[in-house]
Amino acid sequence: MRRYLPLLAISLMASTATPALAYKAYISNERGNSVSIVDTETMEVIETINVGQRPRGITISHDGKYVYLCASDDDTVEIIDTATNKIVGTLPSGPDPELFVLSPDGKRLYVANEDDNLVTVIDVETKRMIVEIPVGVEPEGMGMSPDGKTLVNTSETTNMAHFIDTETHEITHNVLVDSRPRFAEFNPDGSEVWVSAEIGGTVSVIDNESREIKHKITFEIPGLRTESIQPVGVRISEDGTKAYVALGPANRVAVIDTSTYEVTKYVLVGQRVWQLAFTPDQKYIISTNGISNDVTFIDVATDEPVQSVTVGDQPWGVVVAPN
Amino acid sequence: MTNKRVPNFLLPLLVLFVFNVSAAFAQGGSNAAGGQTPIEIKIGYLRAYEPELALSVMDIPPADAGVAGAQVAIVDNNTTGSFLGQKFTLDVVQIKPNEDAVEPFNQMVQSGVKFVLADLSAEQLLAIADAGREQGIIVFNVASREDALREEQCRANVFHTAPTYSMLADGLAQYLIWKQWRNWVLIYGSHEEDKLFAEALRRAAERFGGSIVAEKEFEDTGTARRSDTGVTQIQRLMPVFTQDLPAHDVLLAADESEVFAGYLPYRTWVPRPVAGSAGLRPSSWHPASEQWGGTQIQNRFEKAVKRRMISVDMNAWTAVRSIGEAATRTQSGETEKLAEFIRSDDFQVAAFRGQRLTYRKWNQQLRQPVFLGDGSQVVSTSPQEGFLHQVSELDTLGVDQPETACQL
Repeated sequence: MRRYLPLLAISLMASTATPALAYKAYISNERGNSVSIVDTETMEVIETINVGQRPRGITISHDGKYVYLCASDDDTVEIIDTATNKIVGTLPSGPDPELFVLSPDGKRLYVANEDDNLVTVIDVETKRMIVEIPVGVEPEGMGMSPDGKTLVNTSETTNMAHFIDTETHEITHNVLVDSRPRFAEFNPDGSEVWVSAEIGGTVSVIDNESREIKHKITFEIPGLRTESIQPVGVRISEDGTKAYVALGPANRVAVIDTSTYEVTKYVLVGQRVWQLAFTPDQKYIISTNGISNDVTFIDVATDEPVQSVTVGDQPWGVVVAPN
Repeated sequence: MTNKRVPNFLLPLLVLFVFNVSAAFAQGGSNAAGGQTPIEIKIGYLRAYEPELALSVMDIPPADAGVAGAQVAIVDNNTTGSFLGQKFTLDVVQIKPNEDAVEPFNQMVQSGVKFVLADLSAEQLLAIADAGREQGIIVFNVASREDALREEQCRANVFHTAPTYSMLADGLAQYLIWKQWRNWVLIYGSHEEDKLFAEALRRAAERFGGSIVAEKEFEDTGTARRSDTGVTQIQRLMPVFTQDLPAHDVLLAADESEVFAGYLPYRTWVPRPVAGSAGLRPSSWHPASEQWGGTQIQNRFEKAVKRRMISVDMNAWTAVRSIGEAATRTQSGETEKLAEFIRSDDFQVAAFRGQRLTYRKWNQQLRQPVFLGDGSQVVSTSPQEGFLHQVSELDTLGVDQPETACQL
């Protein structure tokens, strides 16, 4: 963070508005077979990297040195060195990796293999597969509890959230949710996991202690049919007060008050909004809009969309470097 | 909905059914195995089949058409069932077209089958539906497109995952209207099914503002479908057959029996696109569909069956998944309970069609989009933008509730 201080000072002088820190956002373009790098301060694409086929899930090491990318049709996870923006290696992901999550210590990567009903656990350092965990049909969403003890995987055709003990690699609980669960996100204190159901049109809030659904969030947008409201990506703010849910073909991101589970706002972004990521300073949340080929910056303080940036063909996932 | 957490005592069952179990996992699980017996849900697949000819060898249906879709869905259901203590089985019985279906159906029922997927003619389907009514057998029609089965001849113990002729015709018509290709000529065959499809196309023209400017029957004179010299002859015959037609935008062909439609594209007197039974065809699924997560089912299907997935496979997959979804949600294997759930407002099934699919309450027809494609590409899916409906846009396809002749 320190090296951005001079920049911060400059922007403070230049504007009375709250300054934004410059981070790099990495966006996977599913059809473009590329990753767009966007400067979060200038909100411009600064580089485009050619990657493997059908890049979808994207994440970054906790030190910001490596971006991990699911190249789904190449059946591999690619490692991008953020200093050079070059692909420096691959991880044995198992077939058709779609989404993944890093352990809090950054040592293990948990990958959902959509075609084989498996979750693959990879040791990041040795680049070896540790174990494959059989789960339901079409595993997709991957959520990690803040203490690293519990992994939640969602299976899209089985319609369950599978709770997996990261020490024993065994499923301890299966929670039935609505149709096509796409994403699992723990809240910062680890007391809840939020699971979106794309076809069901809901977000289930599961109590992490009882492993039961404590609340089901539904969405209603005037003028839109409920069938077209399809929740996918979910992110909860660092302070735990607000949740953002990407609503797919509804072209909106829902903002939810986590204390009441009420939707406070629907933010109009681009077409077919898929995934979301906060900037580390929590100033912006960025949405990927698959059909309009752009990403939208939403100001977290006001929940207003501030800028859309054209990226590659069919942006799918987004991650922002921590530094 | 209340939470359906799996009780811990069911977890040992997991190992009985999972595939690709890693060694460590299998070992851990096997220690605990041998608890509760799973609930078994027996599904039958009754099909009338004999190898068919087609105008092109490339259009000959695969020998396991439909059955393969059901089998893939059984595996999917069992993966889910392994977490819930449910086991699904498939019993496939094959008869000849026009053969009596009731006897093999009764045998299936005697062996404990409660749900039967029917890949049969309309007459055979009605016969087994009526034979099974008293015993509470639920039939899923996965093949027959006759509207009458959902209208005058509808049955309370029959669900339909196959779309009707009218749904297919409406899906096609909406696209032609969206393209502003409004003037059509209709060439229909001399078989009963050809006439039903032709009638559906006429109805679609009226509903959506198309105009059928001329009609012509192509009579099946029983000629061989393929012969060495055929190509030269067809090149001369088809232009002449289409020579006297008035000005039109699109030529519609209703040929359900592979007699002539495939010969029309590129051989018409004037250069016009062909749609219907050849050219741009409406269907419930397309082997190339990758939209809406379709890649996943296509990959899974191809890996298991070694060919692409066609419409009847998807109809069968959706039927078995409907039963599986009901079993998951009700945590039950009781036929009546499952059927009630499928009829209820709580039912929905995700089947790679971009939105939840449900059954029309008035005739138990699966609501679904219609794919429009040629041999290799999906061109569009209907309903098209702008065709609105007060309940579901999917109800702009086919016979809607106010028009239905069905009384369950």
